[in-house]
Amino acid sequence: MPTSMPFADVHLPAESDVPPHDAASRSAVPKITIRNLDFFYGGFQALTHVGLDIAEHEVTAFIGPSGCGKSTLLRTLNRMYSLYPGQRATGEVRLNGVNVLDAATDLNLLRAKVGMVFQKPTPFPMTIYENIAFGVRLYERLSTRGMDERVEWALAKAAMWNEVKDKLQQSGMALSGGQQQRLCIARAIAVRPEVLLLDEPTSALDPISTAHIEELISELKVDYTIAMVTHNMQQAARVSDRTAYMYLGELVEFGPTDRIFLNPARKETEDYITGRFG
Amino acid sequence: MNDHTNKQFDAEMEAIRSGVLAMGGIVERQLRRAIGALQTDDDDGRFAAVTADEAAINRLQVSIDQQCAEIIARRQPAAVDLRMVLTVSKIVNDLERAGDEGKKIAYKAVETRSEPLTRVRHYDAARALDDAASMLRNALDAFARLDAPAAADTVARDAEIDAAFASILRQLVSYMMEDPRTITPALEIVFVAKSIERIGDHAKNIAEAVVQVVMGTDVRHASLDEIRAEVARR
Repeated sequence: MPTSMPFADVHLPAESDVPPHDAASRSAVPKITIRNLDFFYGGFQALTHVGLDIAEHEVTAFIGPSGCGKSTLLRTLNRMYSLYPGQRATGEVRLNGVNVLDAATDLNLLRAKVGMVFQKPTPFPMTIYENIAFGVRLYERLSTRGMDERVEWALAKAAMWNEVKDKLQQSGMALSGGQQQRLCIARAIAVRPEVLLLDEPTSALDPISTAHIEELISELKVDYTIAMVTHNMQQAARVSDRTAYMYLGELVEFGPTDRIFLNPARKETEDYITGRFG
Repeated sequence: MNDHTNKQFDAEMEAIRSGVLAMGGIVERQLRRAIGALQTDDDDGRFAAVTADEAAINRLQVSIDQQCAEIIARRQPAAVDLRMVLTVSKIVNDLERAGDEGKKIAYKAVETRSEPLTRVRHYDAARALDDAASMLRNALDAFARLDAPAAADTVARDAEIDAAFASILRQLVSYMMEDPRTITPALEIVFVAKSIERIGDHAKNIAEAVVQVVMGTDVRHASLDEIRAEVARR
């Protein structure tokens, strides 16, 4: 039994040190600024005058019903759409102040800076080691030792080094779904991007793998800027700092996640997140 | 407010909402009995009824709280739904305690009614308790209609109850100074008056919770002017 005062070792803050509770008070440095973004699939306009800032070292989540344009928006951030003829974007998507929509943008460099992970795990049909090293070799010339270190670093960052360190020469396809997805995240961060785009990264995964990925997202945002699309509103609530609600190609509401899920400003947002939609 | 796509969710939310109103009805009945005990001498089974309702109030508190926990666990409510569930859980606590105060007043009134002083002074207490009960009813009406301006008006009424409490106290002090033999019965009346004042506080808490459900703003430590400004926002 302690003989001293029961709370003697608890540090009590001075009255003036207790901050007012204000979830919206975080200030953030924008990493990507989007202004007046329109996007067209041929004649169909999929995004209309979208504008928002994606803050550095934060997770920004995009939610909304199917077809609202959230994946399209994500695909403009690294010009993924440029792979397809007939798809075009107008407006501004500034990464570090430079408009990536400019024709002069070097797409290979852009995609090294802005990595992407998709809904279905897409490991290359190679060894676990080669899955990581393949992308790195496109951008950098590393010694064998340097590459070994990079592979270990990326797998450790993706929280799977301990699981796979003894089977680096096995095929990436032999891993479980959750491990495959973490391998894809490791592959994306191996080239040291600045921004990570996650397009429904856990929708094909079981709850435990999902929890691993969500934990990983929280750790990765310390080093990266993360934008994610998710159909799982609770996931957006759990992992994101800011949430954007989109509908029919327009940004309906964008704000701190705490506020969006407790007290959204727009009725449309409230209807969607409380399940009163349609 | 539109319905949820999932109708079962709507039914569960309606169940906790109507549970609060049913519980509020029983608490009001309890307060009416306390007023009756202050005003009249006849017992006509009042004790038994007070005890039975006390048990019913306690059961409802536990059951509604449990339903709130189940909605959180199963539905992960957000925004207005989340605020409603959290608020209902707070309101049932205030209702239970208001009911408790009503029970205490009824018991005290019966115990002390043979004293000449309490006979006279119970008249003031009964009037103040009537005000507090009507304030509680206003708070529950505001909850039933999710009416933030009405909730703000209810918050304003707490000052009346506090003034009545202060007035009863002042009178009792005069009696006690004049004649020390009145001290014991006067102290009993102080407890009754304090219970009435607490019922006003619980009604105020409920009204403030209604503002939070409707407006999404926590006004528990806001001034009346700030609350009025907040509810005028929408």
